[in-house]
Amino acid sequence: MAEPIAASRLQSSNAHALELDGVTRQFGALVAVSSVNMRIAAGERRAVLGSNGAGKTTLFNAITGDFMPTAGKIRFFGEDITMLPPHERIRRGLRRTYQISQLFGGLTVLDGIFLACRGVSRNRFSLIRPKPDDVNMAQAELILHAVHLEDIRDTMVATLSHGQQRQLEIALALAGAPRFILFDEPAAGLSPTERRDLVAILNALPKHIGYVIIEHDLDVALRVSDYVSMMHNGKLFKEGTPEEIENDPQVQEIYLGGGRHG
Amino acid sequence: MTLAIETPRKSRVDTLLGDIGIGQVLLAVALLLYPAIASDFFLTQIGGYSLIWGMIALSLMMLAGYGGMVSLAQITVAGLAGYMVAIFGENNSNVHGFGWPWWVVVPIAVFVAGIASALIGAISARTDGIYTIMITLAIATAMYYFTQQNYALFNGFPGFTGIRAPDFLGIYWRDPMPFYYLCLGVAVVAYAAVLYCARSTFGLALQALRDNPRRMRALGFHVTQHKIVTYFYAGLIAGLAGVLLVWFNGRISPGTIGVGAAINVLIIAVIGGMRHPIGPFLGALVVVLMQTFAIDIVGAERFNTLIGLFFLAIVFISPDGLLGLWGKLKPHLRQESLRSGP
Repeated sequence: MAEPIAASRLQSSNAHALELDGVTRQFGALVAVSSVNMRIAAGERRAVLGSNGAGKTTLFNAITGDFMPTAGKIRFFGEDITMLPPHERIRRGLRRTYQISQLFGGLTVLDGIFLACRGVSRNRFSLIRPKPDDVNMAQAELILHAVHLEDIRDTMVATLSHGQQRQLEIALALAGAPRFILFDEPAAGLSPTERRDLVAILNALPKHIGYVIIEHDLDVALRVSDYVSMMHNGKLFKEGTPEEIENDPQVQEIYLGGGRHG
Repeated sequence: MTLAIETPRKSRVDTLLGDIGIGQVLLAVALLLYPAIASDFFLTQIGGYSLIWGMIALSLMMLAGYGGMVSLAQITVAGLAGYMVAIFGENNSNVHGFGWPWWVVVPIAVFVAGIASALIGAISARTDGIYTIMITLAIATAMYYFTQQNYALFNGFPGFTGIRAPDFLGIYWRDPMPFYYLCLGVAVVAYAAVLYCARSTFGLALQALRDNPRRMRALGFHVTQHKIVTYFYAGLIAGLAGVLLVWFNGRISPGTIGVGAAINVLIIAVIGGMRHPIGPFLGALVVVLMQTFAIDIVGAERFNTLIGLFFLAIVFISPDGLLGLWGKLKPHLRQESLRSGP
């Protein structure tokens, strides 16, 4: 449900967590993302829907700097981050998850989350082993609990099940006081029970943390978002509240194809 | 429940003991007592020499095993340290030889090696896999020819001779037993440092960027910077080994840092295994033994064939080298080395 955005604590100049101005990404002749404009307020939760190849993930890659946009401007809490390298964007409070899990197979679950906390903190180059009372280690333990991975804290990531890897994928994005998160199909390949857990985790996020979620499963997408943007062929073509989108005949025809799965 | 939060991580003393382990204690005792049974030849030509090559290969293991960066220029880095010793210390080639004391020369040599390694890292850090190998091989080859043709700094083809290990505490450190213990001491420090730091923030981040550099960027890490710093540390270890190598040989010339030597480091690391810092030393011992004795078994013309066949056999049987073989026999150790720490 759309909740009034708590913009009062922010200055009017940076009321928007994320502003996209004509963001475009071309791969040779292919225009994967074409002149996308988007304004997302701090704390807002936005779903991005669209068929495969609509440019949703490419848009995420442009926002995080995995691939730089070929044109357009990206502002994060008022600051122009268009040309910043990925790690600088992350250190400013941006986070993301990946559609295909991008994890560290050779590390334990806890060590992976610890690195996520340390990455936006100090002492990234420390040659000292982190002590159990290290502040980032304590943060990692909290996140471990928040995503229910405490039973496998010392397990090698490479040996985790798909569902556990998806949970860890989210855990890494929650580390270190995020201000805004991009979730790329977090429910991909999850069982119905795991999807329920996912919705619970997303709805339990502190209200000041906004996010954009790409999700094919409308049961998930419409239940965790305030507002929905539809993408098609690299362009935004419709925006609205979850109810409006769900009942829009054009959307039903293009995206839902007549029947809902789930 | 708060139960899991309070799960005691092992106290520091436990972790330390767990890290060292009974196997390593036994190994340390054996290495300390080795001079009691070894001849001078086995002390230096086998013992000291293996430890030196083990350290150079350790610097590669650090880069490749933890960081996924296969550099063929580690012998170049070690050789550069050796050249520094010849240039700033004493030699009888009548070129340079400033005659500075060893405690000035050694830090300079090791630091120069670290910087050179970091530069090589800066050049190659944006590449991956086979391209890293190609670039570092190109650097190693270029450096080999440069030292051969440059007389002003490196004295060209003949290089430098008459380099002496230092005399201090009333000991001449190139005598067999002192030299063995010197190599052992330096090697143990390097080995322990790598083993400890593998579980530090830096080491964990290094292993993580090996597994997934893209995700590391998305967690706020400057991946290229991290790689370059790793090269710097690897250069320090290779540099220490280079100093010992030039004291061992008493001379340094382009032949020391040729392509053959560069490949040798890789062979040692692969034969030993790159999952654990003990691997390079294991590999160095095997290769040094083979290079020393293969000639007695199959004659002067075929000894390289024997070494090559052994290398092939290891790679076919166990991609993780001798460590991997050991791991197959001892599943427990395999697990430990996989986890790279307790």
